[in-house]
Amino acid sequence: MQVFDLEYWSQTIGILMRGTADTLYMVGFASLFAVIAGLVLGILLYITNPGGIRAMPVLNRVLGVIVNIGRSIPFVILIIAVFPLSKFIVGTTIGSTASIVPLTISAIPFVARLVEATLNELGFGIIEVAISAGATPMQIVFKVLLPESASGLVSAFTITVINIIGYSAMAGTIGGGGLGDTAIRLGYQRFRTDIMIYIIIILVILVQVIQLLGQYIARKLDKR
Amino acid sequence: MLSVRNLSKTYKNGAERFQALKNVSVDIEGGEIFGFIGLSGAGKTSLARCISMLEQSDGGEILLDGVDMTKLTGQELRDKRKKLGLVFQHFNLLMNATVFDNIAFPLSIDKKSKPYIKDKVDGLLELVGLTDKRDSYPSKLSGGQKQRVGIARALAADPELVICDEATSSLDPETTRSILELIKRINTKTGVTFIVITHEMDVIKELCSRVAVMEDGEIIEQGPVIDVLTRPKTDTARRFFDKTGVYDTSAFIKEIKPGEIIVKATFIGDSALKPFISDVIRSFDVNLSILSGGIEPAGGTVVGALILKISGSDGALASSMQYFKENGVGIEVINNASL
Ligand SMILES: Nc1ncnc2c1ncn2[C@@H]1O[C@H](COP(=O)(O)OP(=O)(O)O)[C@@H](O)[C@H]1O
Ligand SMILES: [Mg+2]
Repeated sequence: MQVFDLEYWSQTIGILMRGTADTLYMVGFASLFAVIAGLVLGILLYITNPGGIRAMPVLNRVLGVIVNIGRSIPFVILIIAVFPLSKFIVGTTIGSTASIVPLTISAIPFVARLVEATLNELGFGIIEVAISAGATPMQIVFKVLLPESASGLVSAFTITVINIIGYSAMAGTIGGGGLGDTAIRLGYQRFRTDIMIYIIIILVILVQVIQLLGQYIARKLDKR
Repeated sequence: MLSVRNLSKTYKNGAERFQALKNVSVDIEGGEIFGFIGLSGAGKTSLARCISMLEQSDGGEILLDGVDMTKLTGQELRDKRKKLGLVFQHFNLLMNATVFDNIAFPLSIDKKSKPYIKDKVDGLLELVGLTDKRDSYPSKLSGGQKQRVGIARALAADPELVICDEATSSLDPETTRSILELIKRINTKTGVTFIVITHEMDVIKELCSRVAVMEDGEIIEQGPVIDVLTRPKTDTARRFFDKTGVYDTSAFIKEIKPGEIIVKATFIGDSALKPFISDVIRSFDVNLSILSGGIEPAGGTVVGALILKISGSDGALASSMQYFKENGVGIEVINNASL
């Protein structure tokens, strides 16, 4: 066995660390962009809804259709479909930086729907309090919607990050970098079963940590 | 202060139409506590929501200090809204904000300065007796405490009018009493006008100077609480006020002997405190027994009713009746053997 093989360990750990760093980099940025854009889109969906605080049925419909289209394109196809966009934005179509583009795009509609659903959980009563206090729609968003649904939003973002970790592995399989990439190139194509197992363990731990962290923050934010 | 003119409201659900308010007109005077009473579905909440512009009315005017709210939009409407506070049955508090922040909410919407907000909110906390709950979250409060927060919040922006829609309807009787006392105290102390909406007679009796009785989207009767209480014009009003039992005369319509008479004597305010029963017995040759009765505070004074059986000669009975009337006691003959 290679248990005491220093050469083996330094090499393996190096590979895994690089993969993990790449994955965290991709997931981190994709999550950040997706959460910001998805949050804005989700709030727009919520407030433009007929009966919402800024009802705009046409815009609501258009956004809804765009979101649904986005959600119905399988991720593998999306990666390839946005190659030109990735090339335009980051100058390349391979590697972890390039993967941020499809990861973000695929997660935005997902986040938007989660945000919309979370906001729908809020009763309309408290929003009417804000309206009757003379609040502008912007004030309602920042002083009522976001603080009151903070806990639910964090749960939604946690699910999103975990999803993006899964998708990032998929992006890795077609040259996207990160642990998925390592798993395919070494674990699968070079029969490094050991590497494959370590990667699975790392992914499980990563998901677990994010889940627990998300739950912890969500609970902290919930004063109900 | 508030003048509602011919207000109508129709709810539209697809092809369905439901008219919840039919030509409602009412005038609320500055500084008073005006009550709306009606059974569930009478349109009370619809009226409150239309007045507060949370619901768009079909037509009519809502004049708040002479300005028609229904004609306002955008920033003008938002500014006018600040003159109007709302208190809800289910409190509608921000669950993720402390008691302090809940009360401060309308002020932070109004972009008031930090020191101003602190001063104002601390004063309100004291007014509603929640100073020690300043930093608690609503989930840690009892129903009565939550409603105190709701009331303090409604007062924060110095409104001219506060509308309480069933503010005590989800509270137990004791808590209800304390909230009613609080509303009364605030009204006396600050002079803020209140509209109190309820289906409970006791709330009206305890708080209001005037009342409007609603049924099927209409105001079927309105006037000073005492008048509606002692001389209801409609059956609905009578039924509400009969609940206490004091005013119900139906049980006493029965056979009586010649020379006997059963009357309902209604007295309001000072006359309730006069010893007129003993006066009558002493002054006229009559026998008098009390069959039923009670006295209670209502509309800012005391109201009472006694069901009396009086016997004596026709002359003595007539003089007794005369005496009652001269002393401000309302007399309604329920049963008269000579009829
Ligand atoms: N949003 C709505 N859509 C349709 N009908 C409604 C709506 N709100 C209230 N109503 C109807 O209007 C009537 C009056 O309701 P409401 O004003 O809530 O009465 P109250 O507060 O006196 O109980 C009821 O019959 C109710 O079913
Ligand atoms: Mg109601």
